[in-house]
Amino acid sequence: MSTLIGAPVDPKPAKPVGRRQGVGKLAALLVSPTLLVLGIVVAYPIVSAIRLAFYQRKEGIDPETGVLETGNKFVGIDNFTDMFSGTTGARFLNALWNTTSFTIVAVGLEVILGVLMALVMHKAFKGRALVRASILVPWAVPTAIAGILWRWIFQADGVANDLLPGDPILWTTDGPQAWLAVVIADTWKTAPFIGLLVLAGLQVISNEVYEAAKLDGASPWKTFWSITLPLVKPTLMVAVLFRILDTLRMFDLPYTLIGPGKNSTDTVTILAFEEAVKFTKYGPASAYAIFLFVYVAVVAFVFVKLLGADVVGARTGRNR
Amino acid sequence: MTATLSTTPTASATPPTKPKKSGWRWLPYVGIAAIVVYCLAPFYWMLVSSLRRTNDIFDSAPVPSPFSTDSYTAAFAANNGFLRALGNSFLVAGTTTVLVLIIGILTAYALARLDFRFKNLVLAIIITTSMFPGISLLVPLLDLFSNIGWINTYQAMIVPSMSFALPLAVWNLTAFFRQMPVELEEAAQIDGCTPAQAFRKVILPLAAPGVFTTAIITFIASWNEFIIALSVVNKKELKTAPVITSQFTGTTQFDAPFGTQMAAGVIVTIPLVILVLLFQRRIVAGLTAGGVK
Repeated sequence: MSTLIGAPVDPKPAKPVGRRQGVGKLAALLVSPTLLVLGIVVAYPIVSAIRLAFYQRKEGIDPETGVLETGNKFVGIDNFTDMFSGTTGARFLNALWNTTSFTIVAVGLEVILGVLMALVMHKAFKGRALVRASILVPWAVPTAIAGILWRWIFQADGVANDLLPGDPILWTTDGPQAWLAVVIADTWKTAPFIGLLVLAGLQVISNEVYEAAKLDGASPWKTFWSITLPLVKPTLMVAVLFRILDTLRMFDLPYTLIGPGKNSTDTVTILAFEEAVKFTKYGPASAYAIFLFVYVAVVAFVFVKLLGADVVGARTGRNR
Repeated sequence: MTATLSTTPTASATPPTKPKKSGWRWLPYVGIAAIVVYCLAPFYWMLVSSLRRTNDIFDSAPVPSPFSTDSYTAAFAANNGFLRALGNSFLVAGTTTVLVLIIGILTAYALARLDFRFKNLVLAIIITTSMFPGISLLVPLLDLFSNIGWINTYQAMIVPSMSFALPLAVWNLTAFFRQMPVELEEAAQIDGCTPAQAFRKVILPLAAPGVFTTAIITFIASWNEFIIALSVVNKKELKTAPVITSQFTGTTQFDAPFGTQMAAGVIVTIPLVILVLLFQRRIVAGLTAGGVK
């Protein structure tokens, strides 16, 4: 063990069946590296963000000494009140609306398409390997690259407008069509993934249940609503929860497909990113980030409480 | 898990379809074709566009004529630094994967096999951290990294990447370890192995496929990471491939170099597509691990 991982773990080599005694210690040793890393890259930043959210960078010249001010000053809850008033407030509420509407519409579409895909894949036996490989392609394409790809497809003289009748649509300029372009691209990228998870859920449903329903004379439609859907619900709920959480922090796709600073596609993450990276205003950026954090937590909590997604019992892969 | 996802068609698994019309039997295959087209068409378009000459980049023909590798030459042109960016991506994603696996295997083994106090708490912490929005971690880390001089370093990309890669890896690995029979370790321990030896000599070799799958999924997730790499690095020499690709500029300000971007996009995606084609069954098993009980 110690040669393998460089950790000084060697619990009582003399006692072969010393399970009870050493277990707690061993477990602590094995678990602590993960908790340490998560402490550094997750817990510390969250605490630090809360602190930063109450500060602002000093700007301008000190009126008493005439020296250019540096450092940060404590501003109380100003960063938070700014989020809901004035021009910054309008920008933030707009971004919050975009984030929410992206999540509701995109995840809704992805679930419908994903379930349809799963049903089709479940019925077809030939070509399943082909389907599985092709379904993994949108998942594997880096989101930032997917954004660039769809930007190309949605160019004014690009292929989307060639295929669509009527006047060319300026997809990648600010406006509702840009919002739609992001939804389309996101649906392309993740609906197949939901299909994959639902398919896994479909495959564990015992066939006897279907036969019983058939004997009772249930229509295919009724079978779907009363048997298939309730039985894949646990799988689906967890997939939906993680998709919702992923979409609430959406960044890559609107950033590369439409670009930052657009009313119709700026998400809360883009706003916080711009404040932090472009303007190095860590205070307001942290306030946005903390708000998003609380928003995500509340949504997750409500989702788990209301719909009973069993997260601890089941966990799906995800990508951002 | 793997068994439930096998491709073996079991006749009994056929849901009740009424073969009234013989045409209906073809419906699933039409559906299959639709799914394949849906998934592959945009990717195919990227490939096709990357193989056109710069002058006919706006063609809508499904096959480029004449074929041209101009865009690839342009993507690798020295002033883009794309080759270096690919190397950076491999370095960052590779290091993240190795670190995450080393730490994740230990924790996953403890979670899957050992009975200890606070086990559920540890599980809950790990799931919860994976739900945190990246930006809430990124803003304070940016502040920290600028204070300690980590801006424009590899570790500034690798360490934050672990925040999402580690929970993902621990979850996948825990699911894999749980599937392995406990009797194996007990037999090893009766034969005189310590728990640690049993783990190293018996469990780890058997869990190799699971570890491998987790490695692939972790690698893909960190290869695709964008916002961290975009934020903590502004030196061209250190940018990762997705970041460099999104920042390609044309000869003029208004000339978006789509051909070059498509070629770069294909190159960034190809390693992943190859992984997907080679290991599709394992990846699917890994992604759905724990998703189905």
